[in-house]
Amino acid sequence: MKNIKYERIANNHKSEESRVKNAVIAFLSGGVLGFFAEWLLNFYCNIFDLSRTDASTLMIVTFIFLASLATALGFFDKLVNRFKCGLLIPITGFAHSMTSSAMDYKKEGLIYGIGMNIFKLAGCVILYGVVSAWFFGMIRYFIGGAS
Amino acid sequence: MLYFNSFLFCGFICLIAQLILDNSKLTPGHITSLFVVIGAFLDTFSIYDFIIKKVGGGALVPITSFGHSLIHGALAKTNSMGFIGIFMGMFDLTATGITAAIIFSFVFALIFKPRN
Repeated sequence: MKNIKYERIANNHKSEESRVKNAVIAFLSGGVLGFFAEWLLNFYCNIFDLSRTDASTLMIVTFIFLASLATALGFFDKLVNRFKCGLLIPITGFAHSMTSSAMDYKKEGLIYGIGMNIFKLAGCVILYGVVSAWFFGMIRYFIGGAS
Repeated sequence: MLYFNSFLFCGFICLIAQLILDNSKLTPGHITSLFVVIGAFLDTFSIYDFIIKKVGGGALVPITSFGHSLIHGALAKTNSMGFIGIFMGMFDLTATGITAAIIFSFVFALIFKPRN
């Protein structure tokens, strides 16, 4: 009885501490990624003389490229273990989910392996994104008019 | 100032995600889907546009920006096409991201050998 109580208290304390640590790590790593995104945006604006919209597209492609390459080389998972959600919530997580599912099912062939499984995890993002965007777009169109 | 805002906003989004992940049974798949829906919701009345104006690049990187781009393209198309524009313009802005993700992941999956 006493042991169980002790263990529960110990467990609570332990997970509490690592939760705070995880949250701080996620905040810092996500923040650094956001900072880097803004820097890259300005860099592309100045170097290629692009508008901010075009430069942002190029910036997102860069991030997707880096995340896919890191996943393909096999060290993205280690980075996620270290930096937590800071790498999963930005667009890098989207690219990572597609590349990793493509590589996991590679041995089952081009059609049944890569073709059918590439959207396994990214599919839910696209599905719910499109459904919610359609739903909210209808609301906006009928209530507020188009922007 | 934009750099500092980018840092704060992107970090804040990741912080919320990490808190949800640690304190509930939701998986990263649930959280990314949830955040896309939140992004689309925030753009319904142009709140996310305001955030992007204030924050800059940091607001374009989190997955919430994906939902924002979907609905933003759809609404922009309704100006010229009316109701059917919601269907036509849905992928206008996100096409680059999705195409890049498909191309890179396919090419890398072909080239590299999976570890473990």
